[in-house]
Amino acid sequence: MTTLAALLVLAGALLAFIGALGLVRLPTFFERAHPPTMGTTLGTALVLAGSMVYFTALESHLVLHEILIGVFMTLSTPVTYLLLGRAALRREREDPAA
Amino acid sequence: MSLDLLSVTLAAAQLLLALAMTCALYRLLRGPRAQDRVLALDTLYVNAMLLILIFGIAARSRDFFEAALVIGTLGFVSTAAAAKFLLRGEVIE
Repeated sequence: MTTLAALLVLAGALLAFIGALGLVRLPTFFERAHPPTMGTTLGTALVLAGSMVYFTALESHLVLHEILIGVFMTLSTPVTYLLLGRAALRREREDPAA
Repeated sequence: MSLDLLSVTLAAAQLLLALAMTCALYRLLRGPRAQDRVLALDTLYVNAMLLILIFGIAARSRDFFEAALVIGTLGFVSTAAAAKFLLRGEVIE
């Protein structure tokens, strides 16, 4: 059971790292906006699942309150990126050079 | 044996998340434009939240969950406010 939790957490951290690497490596803002969402969606989901599995095994009853963070991230990330994308579009249109 | 595997894996995950936060910090300092910095800040706080969850697993304590929840909430509010500021020039109009 703890092995499963360890693997889930490691996979989630790996996804978050790949996303941050994409944030550094890609050339333009609109390409850079994509990779961090790997960490915010599947990365967070995997780490939360690992935490749920671990604490359920540790305390030998069902622990599900990590779902709260998952629901919250699922709701908040699209709102943030929508606002940020609109701001970036507007700024690029007004001042494309810099 | 299982406990050893868990601690090694958690250390590796913490290292990966620290590297991810370093990448986000590089983008935060480097720019080149304000929207890149806001995006980097968003990535930074999500990675910090995941790191605190992993600290909680390593410490076998559920108290870290509340800290992660607070970081998620405040990070969302701050990123939304920064994006709104970039969009309009003021946060509340």
